[in-house]
Amino acid sequence: MVWEDRPLLRALKVTKYFGKRVGCCDVSFDLWPGEVLGIVGESGSGKTTLLQCLSGHWVPSSGRVYYGEGTNGLADIYELPEPRRRYLMRTEWGFVHQNPREGLRLRVSAGANVGERLMALGFRHYGGIRADVLNWFHRVEIDRDRVDDFPTTFSGGMLQRLQIARNLITKPRLTFMDEPTGGLDVSVQARLLDLLKGLVSELSLSVVIVTHDLAVVRLIAHRLLVMQQGKVVESGLTDQVLDDPQHPYTQLLVSSVIQA
Amino acid sequence: MKKGFKTEIKIDEASSPRLNGYNFAYLDEGTKRMIRRALLKAIAIPGYQVSFGSREMPLPYGWGTGGIQVTASLIGPDDTLKVIDQGSDDTTNAVSIRRFFTLTTGVKTTEKTSVATLIQTRHRIPETPLRPGQIIVYQVPIPEPLRFLEPRETETRRMHALSEYGIMSIKLYEDISIHGRIATAYNYPVLVNERYVMSPSPIPKFDNPKMDRNPALQLFGAGREKRIYAVPPYTRVKSLDFEDYPFRVERGEQSCALCGSRESFLDEIITDDRGTRLFACSDTDYCQRRHTEGQRGSFSGMPLLAAKRLQREA
Amino acid sequence: MYVAVKGGEKAILNAHQLLGEKRRGDLSVPELTVKQIENQLSLAVGRVMTEGSLYDPELGALAIKQSSGDLVEAIFLLRAYRTTLTRLGVSLPIDTSRMTLRRRISATFKDLPGGQILGPTYDYTHRLLDFSLISESGKGQSHRREDTSSVPIMEDVPRVATLLNQEGLIETEEPDEEDRQVGDLTRQPVQIPASRDIRLQNLARGDEGFLLSLAYSTQRGFGKNHPFAGEIRLGEVAVEIVPEELGFAIEIGEIEVTECQMVNQFKGSSNQPPQFTRGYGLTFGHCERKAMAMALVDRSLRGRELEEMVDAPAQDEEFVLSHSDNIEASGFVEHLKLPHYVDFQAELALVRALWDQATKRGNEEEQESEEGI
Repeated sequence: MVWEDRPLLRALKVTKYFGKRVGCCDVSFDLWPGEVLGIVGESGSGKTTLLQCLSGHWVPSSGRVYYGEGTNGLADIYELPEPRRRYLMRTEWGFVHQNPREGLRLRVSAGANVGERLMALGFRHYGGIRADVLNWFHRVEIDRDRVDDFPTTFSGGMLQRLQIARNLITKPRLTFMDEPTGGLDVSVQARLLDLLKGLVSELSLSVVIVTHDLAVVRLIAHRLLVMQQGKVVESGLTDQVLDDPQHPYTQLLVSSVIQA
Repeated sequence: MKKGFKTEIKIDEASSPRLNGYNFAYLDEGTKRMIRRALLKAIAIPGYQVSFGSREMPLPYGWGTGGIQVTASLIGPDDTLKVIDQGSDDTTNAVSIRRFFTLTTGVKTTEKTSVATLIQTRHRIPETPLRPGQIIVYQVPIPEPLRFLEPRETETRRMHALSEYGIMSIKLYEDISIHGRIATAYNYPVLVNERYVMSPSPIPKFDNPKMDRNPALQLFGAGREKRIYAVPPYTRVKSLDFEDYPFRVERGEQSCALCGSRESFLDEIITDDRGTRLFACSDTDYCQRRHTEGQRGSFSGMPLLAAKRLQREA
Repeated sequence: MYVAVKGGEKAILNAHQLLGEKRRGDLSVPELTVKQIENQLSLAVGRVMTEGSLYDPELGALAIKQSSGDLVEAIFLLRAYRTTLTRLGVSLPIDTSRMTLRRRISATFKDLPGGQILGPTYDYTHRLLDFSLISESGKGQSHRREDTSSVPIMEDVPRVATLLNQEGLIETEEPDEEDRQVGDLTRQPVQIPASRDIRLQNLARGDEGFLLSLAYSTQRGFGKNHPFAGEIRLGEVAVEIVPEELGFAIEIGEIEVTECQMVNQFKGSSNQPPQFTRGYGLTFGHCERKAMAMALVDRSLRGRELEEMVDAPAQDEEFVLSHSDNIEASGFVEHLKLPHYVDFQAELALVRALWDQATKRGNEEEQESEEGI
């Protein structure tokens, strides 16, 4: 049963303080199935804090985060029992870290990394799991021969692609991405972006992606939130916001050549 | 601090040849009660590790103190106790533990599995099938099956609580991708009552099937790590595997040189410095019984000391 | 000819006999008495009591005699004995500010009320072997100094911490809520994260060598503590209980303890101006090295509570508390001497099977390449 009249994710005045310092403040939005929402701003704008609150990692100081789970309508993710929330984080949600080393098990083979979520879901056919894993290696353009190698032997770009495969193999309903192209070579970035764009459209993924790089959101995000000092200063359709920025900060972002 | 304390329950001293000045089975009654409560909790949640206030015993940690405490909290004057290590009643530590109970309880001991009411074991399950009403107590060094994958207790506790056993599946997957098979020979992890992953203690995987739906009560004591767990009678115990790489016990082509058994777990013994080998049942009671019944192995003639022993028992 | 291995019982009895003979040694040499050990090896006795968690110098000395001087064995003996003892009650906390001081030093002040008293210490000895101790001619020193042991130097000597506290410069240690019971790690298993009372109990019983190494590591950069020895005290304190029938405290005896308070790097947070922080160590008898190491590790383990970066081994609560007990450690390490041949057999079978598999695969591949596939 497909519920099309409820958002997949709803943020309601999400606020997070660290002592007296503001992480993010009063952020609200809805994310619908199949949408990609970009959150942009420079470092310190609060976008990563927001992402951590949305993805179940950090409890907000105030405000709520709702997820459309099962057939129950919207559930406050921080009211869910911990086992349920952790289960969602392992299965229906994906999280791609900026540093792929944080999102992978480095002491375990690449293949095991990608197959883990399947096994966590109870798949117990080795041959089937391996076939799925190899299929995904192909999709993210990693040489299949590397399936039993350890991630420590992979390049930065390959690690990121491995992390993406690890997350997407269970076709999560909602994926969070934290600067997925950060720290990579420009050409590697471009390839990765292409890959992401392809996967997002092929699998109709719903994504919340945080980045300081406007080129990334231009390519894959439908809508944007622009953050400055913890607050959302502008939001709207990507092309509209980037082509016709209203807020002075957005205008600054768009017009200046801001280095990564 | 609890006010007051129960006085020790003394068994009639005159009737048993035990050590003066110590309570029956060494532990005070309060401690035995504490352990039995932990055991009840463990039985109520098959495969779940219950913390308990393990006491310092006169034998070192790592040498069976967990098993000893469990046995001590259960043993009564009417019990018949069997103690084995590596399947044999005569290995040094089994002897030492049996002596400990003789000294502290005066209870009857036996080498016959079929006659024992309480069996304490290290690293083997007896070949002779157990009966309802028997209790088998396993000595456990590391109760946590995930320990070598995740050293932190705080993490493994959470994994068990949330049934997050992905890390274990990964280990099995890796074994197959590297070795073509699951490469665990002993302490092979099992799923108990379809809920908790448990360490069966370092028994060879050969023994794992005996745990499944065993009519006896199976108790596990880890003294140093301070954990107790249990498998109630007739509980499902399944060795972890993959559908296409199912758990299998391989039988070698050897048979016991003494009794001819092809079904039991065999010890390999090197008999001379040219590397000549001989295989014999690890379970000495089982081997002895077969031998008495006339079963013979390839080894001609009866072993010298075994013959002497039969003479003694006749 | 193969004979089934038998006779384990006899072997053990013979081993015990041999052990007894070895322990006694040369019969022409006088037997060591428990009294001699208690008097002349008092530092060993102190350690055995501290890690054995039992204050009884005579029993400590007996344990050392019985174990041929292996202190970990001796500690084991005391621990096992302790298990059998009935709990009669719980004493009041000892008050080390009312100690009959034998030794009292502070590295934080040149001089202070009560003075610096060196007492009986090895600290400033030159470590030169004294061969005169080999001959047994002396029945002890021919003369002793005027017997100062019965004259208390000063009672109610204020602690350095109290002095610093007058200016509010050192964190106060407030007791927990009234009705919170003190834990007892000999009765309940330790849960991580552990409360400070359990941590201190664990450290007090912990192996001196282990704690010493960890403490050393904190001074060498694995964790940053910048400690000062605020105060080290050695002396006797009264042990008091409050019997229900009386309703007031009575003294039941005296014990000798060593106490160390370390004063550490000052901290501050957004709510509080900087203050010195503390680490605490306490031992039975004169075990100074242990008390100091304990205080350093105690402070180190408070890292999380004091909002510090926790990344050094000495700050890792689970690591430290799980491995500090030398009875557990020696038991498990030495258990490797027990027969493991059944598991070894299982491993042998597995390794042989894997070899076979690999050889077969190797042969197949060779064949394939020869056949030009």
